[in-house]
Amino acid sequence: MSPAPARPGLLSRLELGGAAAAAVVLLAVPLVAAPFQTITVCYGLVFAIAALGFNLLLGYTGLLSFGHSAYFGMGAYVVAMLVKYLGWTSMEAFVVAGILGSVLVAGLFGLVCVRYTRIFFSILTLALSQVLWSLALKLFWVTGGTDGLRVPTPTLLVGSLAPTSDKMDFLAYRYYYYVLVLFVVSVIVMWLIVHSPFGKALQAIRDNETRAEFVGVQVRRYRWIAFVVSGAFTGLAGTLWVPLNGLTTPDILYWQFSGRIVFFVVLGGFKTFWGPILGAIAYNYLETYAVGFTIYWQLVLGSVLVLLVLTMPQGLAGTVDALVRWLRRPALT
Amino acid sequence: MDTLVVQILNSLFYASILFLIACGLSLVYGVMRIVNMAHGNLYAFGAYVAAWVIGLVTDSLHWTLLFALLLSGALAAAAAGAVLEPLLLRPLYKRAEEYQLLMTFGLLLILEDVMRLLWGPHPLTASALSDALASMSILGVTYPVYNIFVIAVGGVAAVCLWAFVYRTRFGVMLRATSQDMRMASALGINVKRVYVQAFTLGCLMAGLGGAVVMPISGAVLGMGVDALILAFVVVVIGGLGSLEGALVGALIVGFVRTIGITYFAEVELAVLYLIAAVVLFVRPAGLFARA
Repeated sequence: MSPAPARPGLLSRLELGGAAAAAVVLLAVPLVAAPFQTITVCYGLVFAIAALGFNLLLGYTGLLSFGHSAYFGMGAYVVAMLVKYLGWTSMEAFVVAGILGSVLVAGLFGLVCVRYTRIFFSILTLALSQVLWSLALKLFWVTGGTDGLRVPTPTLLVGSLAPTSDKMDFLAYRYYYYVLVLFVVSVIVMWLIVHSPFGKALQAIRDNETRAEFVGVQVRRYRWIAFVVSGAFTGLAGTLWVPLNGLTTPDILYWQFSGRIVFFVVLGGFKTFWGPILGAIAYNYLETYAVGFTIYWQLVLGSVLVLLVLTMPQGLAGTVDALVRWLRRPALT
Repeated sequence: MDTLVVQILNSLFYASILFLIACGLSLVYGVMRIVNMAHGNLYAFGAYVAAWVIGLVTDSLHWTLLFALLLSGALAAAAAGAVLEPLLLRPLYKRAEEYQLLMTFGLLLILEDVMRLLWGPHPLTASALSDALASMSILGVTYPVYNIFVIAVGGVAAVCLWAFVYRTRFGVMLRATSQDMRMASALGINVKRVYVQAFTLGCLMAGLGGAVVMPISGAVLGMGVDALILAFVVVVIGGLGSLEGALVGALIVGFVRTIGITYFAEVELAVLYLIAAVVLFVRPAGLFARA
């Protein structure tokens, strides 16, 4: 169940096939599905980027953050501030600024958090994210308080693709492909990171901190870098999320949003590379339909989480993996 | 001078509630090494049950009897704890601690909606209790007697809990288990039973906290989550697993909140979380960490 395949750096045939099939499906979505469906997938892709970033910490470094809402929210609020106070409209500028903003916060919070592990790490990340939340909530003359800040649809590709009059249409085609490209880039970059010597060092830290230290890994510095990279991915997700939602409120900085990111990753399975992506998209569907179906959607989600922890601790990806292994088991002779 | 007295009493009031919540959180962590994220919702559950029970009989009973009914909230939360621990947490003790945290997070979501399902979206309250006691004069200021009652409950609970943990046979078993679960088990202590008892006791305190605060602030959806976050701050400052820490942490947070609300309302919460972060930074295991 190690995230690394037998041949480091190479995709297995199965993974390659799966990735190709997924790419075809994702490319075809806006052409065959209704705009609402496409936008739902788009949300899923955005959350998948956050989940990828989060899993660099949980799956690869062994640190459970309960404060990733801070970086997602930072990515979102940076965009909202730039729109409100500087009148920026270019999505590229937002992406750069959003990543820089979340890197700044993650760098700062990381300095404190990576000194600890296990439950103290979780609580500390939670407490620090709550600082940002309470500021966003209380400093309403800057952040709009609970009303949040509106964010109009941005222009794409250095202003060459202006928002069309039909916002839904714009989001479901142009913006969808924009997000898809950034999603693919994120997946590739993260794949390279976790299969690099740096990624291997993180896994060594996760598996045995003392041994990693003894073979010369600078544990705290590596954790800090992982923390910042994780925050950058999550911040990018927040930045991409804002135009979809059209509004940012303190809710996305609240610790329950962090819990949601944790949920994505556990649902998908944090011991695999692909699990978090799968989990984010699946969760997004689950929530979209649970919210539409009943006002007791927290009950549905909570029950799913409880069942998952009790019966499927490896998540969706782990279960699929076990199934594949079972199908490929050597025949009894 | 007058405002100072009121501020101090308000701080003690907050601290009393916070202690009732945080001591259970700390106890459960100390014994079982689990941070129960659903703990705040058991506090809310206590508030709802007490409000509901008292609401049923409020006209037919004398108000002094209604005070006894506050205990219904504590007992209901304890009963819930006694069911939840063996059912949902016991299967996870051998797994990585992430799973335990996730399980209690799932429980938090479920309990939140169960309360909405049972009692609807509107707040419940039983202000007959706080109204019945009116106000009294302390050191020249008038102050609601019910708030004094809550402070007293917190104080009595702290003393009882201390006596229970440090002066009874059960307390010895509890402390032995928290120090070394395997050794305790080898010496013949039924660890499973100690776990369920500790969890139930923690929930009882939380439920009591919810019940006594209810006549003032009502039983509201979301109160559990808010309380949980403050209780985290308390136990982080005081030291997870330490009862003395929970008491001192509750007093610190109680006073900072009261000062904060008066002088820096905008950043009051931020200041609290920052204090917690600073304490963790300086003394990772909290002010009253056990060796």
